[in-house]
Formats: sequence, structure tokens, C-alpha cells
Amino acid sequence: MFYREVGQFKTNYTADSQVFPILQDKIGIIAMLVIAYLVIPLAGNDFFITTVMIPFLVFTLATIGLNILVGYTGQLSLGTGAFMGVGAYSCYKLTTIFPDVNIIIMVLLSGFFAAGVGIIFGLPSLRIKGFYLAVTTLAAQFFLEWAFIRIPWLYNYNDSGAIEVPQREGFGVVLSGAAALPVTRYLVVLSIVLFMTWIASNIIRGRIGRSWMMIRDMDIAAELMGVRPLYAKLSAFAVSSFYCGVAGAMGVFFWLGAAEVESFDINHSFLFLFMAIIGGLGSLIGCYMGAAFIWILPIIIRALPGVLGLDINAATVEHINFMMIGGMIIFFLIVEPHGLARLWQIAKEKLRTWPFPYS
Amino acid sequence: MKKLLMTGVAFATLAGATFSTAPVAMAEDTMFVPSLSYRTGPFASGGTPLANGYADYFNMLNARDGGIGGVKIVVEECETGYNAQKGVECYESTKGKGALVYNPYSTGITLQLIPKAPVDKIPVLSMGYGLSAAAIGEKFPWTFTYPTSYWSQLSSILKYIDANGGLKGKKVGFIYLDVGYGKEPIPLLEQLAKDQGFEIAKFPVGVKEMQNQGSQWLNVRKERPDYMIMWGWGAMNATAVKEAAKIKYPLDQFIGNWWAGAHADLRSVGEAGKGYKAANFSGVGTDFPALQDVIKHVVDKGGSQVASKDLVGDVLYNRGLFNSVLIAEGIRAAQEKTGKKVITGADLRDGFELFDLSEARLKELGLEGFTAPIKGSCKDHEGAGSVFIQQWDGKDWVKISDPIAPDTAVVRPLLEAAADKYLSDKPEWKTQTCS
Repeated sequence: MFYREVGQFKTNYTADSQVFPILQDKIGIIAMLVIAYLVIPLAGNDFFITTVMIPFLVFTLATIGLNILVGYTGQLSLGTGAFMGVGAYSCYKLTTIFPDVNIIIMVLLSGFFAAGVGIIFGLPSLRIKGFYLAVTTLAAQFFLEWAFIRIPWLYNYNDSGAIEVPQREGFGVVLSGAAALPVTRYLVVLSIVLFMTWIASNIIRGRIGRSWMMIRDMDIAAELMGVRPLYAKLSAFAVSSFYCGVAGAMGVFFWLGAAEVESFDINHSFLFLFMAIIGGLGSLIGCYMGAAFIWILPIIIRALPGVLGLDINAATVEHINFMMIGGMIIFFLIVEPHGLARLWQIAKEKLRTWPFPYS
Repeated sequence: MKKLLMTGVAFATLAGATFSTAPVAMAEDTMFVPSLSYRTGPFASGGTPLANGYADYFNMLNARDGGIGGVKIVVEECETGYNAQKGVECYESTKGKGALVYNPYSTGITLQLIPKAPVDKIPVLSMGYGLSAAAIGEKFPWTFTYPTSYWSQLSSILKYIDANGGLKGKKVGFIYLDVGYGKEPIPLLEQLAKDQGFEIAKFPVGVKEMQNQGSQWLNVRKERPDYMIMWGWGAMNATAVKEAAKIKYPLDQFIGNWWAGAHADLRSVGEAGKGYKAANFSGVGTDFPALQDVIKHVVDKGGSQVASKDLVGDVLYNRGLFNSVLIAEGIRAAQEKTGKKVITGADLRDGFELFDLSEARLKELGLEGFTAPIKGSCKDHEGAGSVFIQQWDGKDWVKISDPIAPDTAVVRPLLEAAADKYLSDKPEWKTQTCS
């Protein structure tokens, strides 16, 4: 009834191959942008912005990075956390060496360091496939964790062994550090994430993205048709690590404020893999859904007893939380193994004919 | 389809309800003290007694005296799982409710809260953990490490070794959890080794290998240190003592810091751990009138979360309780100073600089001999408290030394230097001047 494309004619190819070809989708996207840019900054409280929205966006970007590698190129990786760490530590080094450069530029630059490291650890993918590749990326995870602890130069020889975010200003406002307003940090993160999602969607729809998907679907066939696995795989590792690196840098500079190596450990790598799988492999909108599912849902569950006026102690809530999230992951994967993105797609298909499925 | 829509709508309403709740307006006669606890996760064995002791003392004050200065204390727990990200989430979710002070019980979370404290005007009391340099009150107006810092503690332990066998020319092994917490005292250790002429050997233990320290203790056997000092936490402690016993390392030359000497650690080791020593700053057992009051007013009435009454008086239970004592004293001092009944975080910050936990005051509180006297001041945010050494007799901890004061003359300049270093790349940092 509401979601019907009847009467929407496409008269040229450009219009036909748009990302959002249907009018309702466009309206939906514009509405979401208005909410993200106007409603949330104006109406959201500090808690909502700092603990829900900022980490959600950061995790989304990391999931997009991982999804490029796992979902689009078919290379299983368990090194996401470490690649985020590379971004965070290099951003920290960059901004302490060049304190006057705008922190946003540094955050984006730090992605290149992560991309470089990603390419190095992506080299084995030319020879190793599937689960075995996962093991070599696991090696990247352990090696980089070791480096973050053992190379004190990376954290400027701080006694605490942690990287602490210095205050940085740009455009006349404080962008990072404790004095930065949550709204400012939110808007910076939101803009970077949306911009990079847009770039990713264009890369994926273009020649490079197609070569990734060819490698994923059948590498030998792709090779016979002229896709060079070296360039395809390494470019996937580079772009993926770039995204993870930027996400890691944003996570430390605009969300946490200080980070030890535990913020980039193997558990985080798994977390992002879960986000990518639950959201839907090979889907950008799925990254947003997966990150929301894994990050926001527990916060809602944790806050529920308070809202309902129940007096349950914090540890019990945490146990219930683990059980509910675990149960829901299993439920969703049984109902729809292709993730929330596929569920959303099915919902849209059904909505087209709703409420008269046979008319 | 309908179902899907319904679920969607249900989630949306739920989410709306969760986030739209405005900060609850506090009734006039309560003060809110959040408790960042960890009853889950790898360090739950330490986090649980800490959280119990912390809550029980405030509940005892509420039941016995009707709160502090006639104002009841509301303690609300938020589960961090010793995870820095969840810790920040807890901080953000509770600070809007008028939180007076934060005690993160985790160095990782403390490091993240230190820069936030002056912005939100809520002090951080990292009782015997966190950033040692925060002891310099002029440089860190909003952070307190009462009763003493890691560095002061290390100097006390070394003093103890020096008095019981001598240090010069000896080799001291340092086994530590390889995270920010464990690495904290290394700069001081290296400095003191140079100054006092002893050798050091370092044995890092990664979080993942906490329960598998075979290789570290193999190295200990090779290096043959005369003394071992441990900066451990959680499952690491019991494993280390077991491994030490296995290689027949003399346990009475093995000294843990105050997070490596709890009942929870040594109970699983039992007789094999006999002779192992640890530093401590909060009394052991229930032989104090205040502890008896806690049992009478809270534990016996079922108001406590402790699993059994025997666990009251455990090292970490008493540590958590001592944390509340410090806050309660800070609140009293702040009430006296401002004349207000309900104080704010900023008032409590002033209170922390004013309170005086003298011998007489400890006796009044029913905690005589529980800890060494501590006095707050603007300059000194660690209170220069002393630690005593306790020894495991196979069943229980026994206090075996008098309070040992830290070597302030050596530690203080190093702390000052560390504080300057912390601030060196933060030109916007606000310091205070002490008269």
C-alpha cells in the first residue's frame, strides 16, 4: 500500500541503476539523514550520543571494513581488532608528532598505515584459502597485540602503557579530548562514517568491487576471465584495513578517550565478525543493522529493568543479557542465515504487495 | 509479516522508552554513589567481594545512623566486567543521576575517567590503583589515590625486604600482569634498583596466559632471584603461588602487592601456599566494631549480596568497605565545610582534601587498627598511607608487620616528574595551586 513502485518509470539507464531506485527508499534515506543530523543532536542526551550512537557508528565502519574482506571478497579474517589498533596507534603517533594538523585529517591518514599493514598480512591470502587464511590473520592479531604492548615508542613511553587522547581543536571547536562536546564528536563521526559508506558503495559497484566478488564466487573462473588475484585480493585487504584503521582511530579519539591494547583484542575481532554475519555478509546496510543488533540491543536490555521499575541487581542483568543476545543470534541465524539485511529485503518484497498479496 | 511489523514496533517503543527517560530527579534527602562493579568476567572473583563490602558499609550507615548527616546514601551498581568500554558506558549512564564519586576498580577504566573528571566535576577515587602520578594534588585536582599509590606501596615492600634480609647486591624478580596495571611500578623499580644497588629481573604474564605460567617460572628458576615481587590480579595470583611452590621457590621470599593477597586467591592454593606474603592496607577479619555493625544491620537482615556470612571480613571485602569509609569521611568533611546536607561532586572533591582519618577518628568509627591514619590535603592526593605485610598460614591471612610508611623522599620527586610528563602534551589541563 505504502511501498509500491507503480507509476515510477525510469527513462534512462542512470536512473535505473541508482543505489536507491525507488522513491520511497529515497524518502526513507532523507528522513534518516534528517534524524541523524538534526533530531539526534538536538533531542538526544549525552548518554544516548556518547554510549549509543558514537560507538554504534564506529563499529559500523569497522564492520564495513571487515565485510569488504569477508562478505565481498570471501577472505575470512580474524584480525579486525588489530587493524583497528594500527589505525588508533598511528593516529596517536601522528597527532603527537604534528599537533597542529586537524585531527580529522590525521584520523583519515592513519587509515593508510592500517592499509599498509593489511597488505603485508594479506600476502598469504594469495596462497592460502578459507579457514587457513583465518589462521594467518589470527597471527596478525597476535603479532600486532604483542607490538602494541612491547614497543613503547608506539605509546610515547607513557608509564600507563595506554594511549591518551590529547585535546585537539579544529574549525574553532574542540574536537577530541574530554572537553569535546558529545554532539561535536558525534557529528564528526557521523560525517566520516556516511562519507566512507558512500565511497565503499561506489567502490563495490564499480570495477574493483566486481573483481572482488568474482574472486569470492570462484577464484579460478575470475582468473580465467582476466581478474588478477594479486591486485584483487590485496586491494581488498588494503581497503578493508583502511576502513578498520579509521574506525579504530575514531573509536579512541572520539569515543573512548584512552585505550590500552585490550580495546583491540581478539574478542573485538570476533565481535565484528558476528556483526558482519548477523547483519548480512556482502551488504552495507547489513553492517549498520549488525552493529546496531550487537551494540545497541544489550544496552536496551540492560536499561530495561530500570525502565520497568524492576529491582534486579546488575550482575544478574548482565547474565540475562548474555543469554538473550546468544539466544537471539541463534534465532536469527536459523530464521534467516543470510542476516538481517536479507530479512529486510524480504520484508520489502512483501511490503510491495501488502495488504493484497494476490492482486 | 504482521508479526515482523509488530516486533519492529515493539522494539522501537522499547528503545524509545529506554532512552527517553530523563535523569531521575533525586529526592531531597539522598546522595547517589555509583558502584562500578564486576561480578562477571575473568576478574569476578576479586570484583564480587569488593562490590559487596562497598555496598554493605553504606547500607549499614543507612540502617544504623540513617545515612551520613541524616542523608541516606543510594548505591547503584553498574556491571563493567573489568572492561574499559563497558566502564565508560557505566560512567555515562550514571553520571546524570548526580553521581558524587567514581571508583572504577580497574586501572584501564580509571585512565579513561581521569580526563573526564574535571569536565563533569565528579572526582575519581582510585583507591590504591590507577595512575600513581595522580597522587600529586596540584597537578590532578580531581583524582585521588588514597590511601597510597602503587609507587609508594612498592617502596614500602622494598623497605620491608631491606629490613628483613637486606637489598643491596640482591636480585629482585618482578612478576606482573602485562597490562597498564602491572607495568605501572616499573619506572620506580628501575630507578630504585639504580639508587639502592640491587638487580631486577622482569617476568611479564599476559592476560591470556594468566593460568599458564610455566615458562615464566622456568625463567625464575634460571634467574634465581633472591626475592620475588608480584603485581597480579585475578586468576594470575593463585597460579603464580602454585607455580612458585612447584619449583620450590621459598614462599616467604615471595611478596604480592595488595591486589595479589586476597582470600579468594589463596583458598584454592591452601596449604601449598603457606608462607606466601602480601601487602595490604585494610584490616583482615571481622574483629572490628564497624564490621560487627555491618553483620548485625545488613548481613543478618539479608541486605547483603555476600554468598555466605564467612566471606565478610575477607581481604577484598574489607578493601571495598574501606573504600566506602573513605567516601563517607569525605562526605562528612564536605558537609561540615559547606553546611549543606546534600552535597555535590565538587563539594566531595573539597571534602577529600579536608578529611582527617586519625587514630582517634578510626576508633570512633569502630575501625581501630584497621588501617594506618590517612590525612587528606590539597597537595598530597595519596594520603601517604602505610601498608602492612600479611602472611598466608595455609588457612587464613595473618598480619605479620607493623604499618610500613612509604619512602616519600624518594617516591615524591619521581611522582612529580611522572605527573609533569603526563601533562606535558596536554596544555589545556587545569591544575590547582595549594596554599
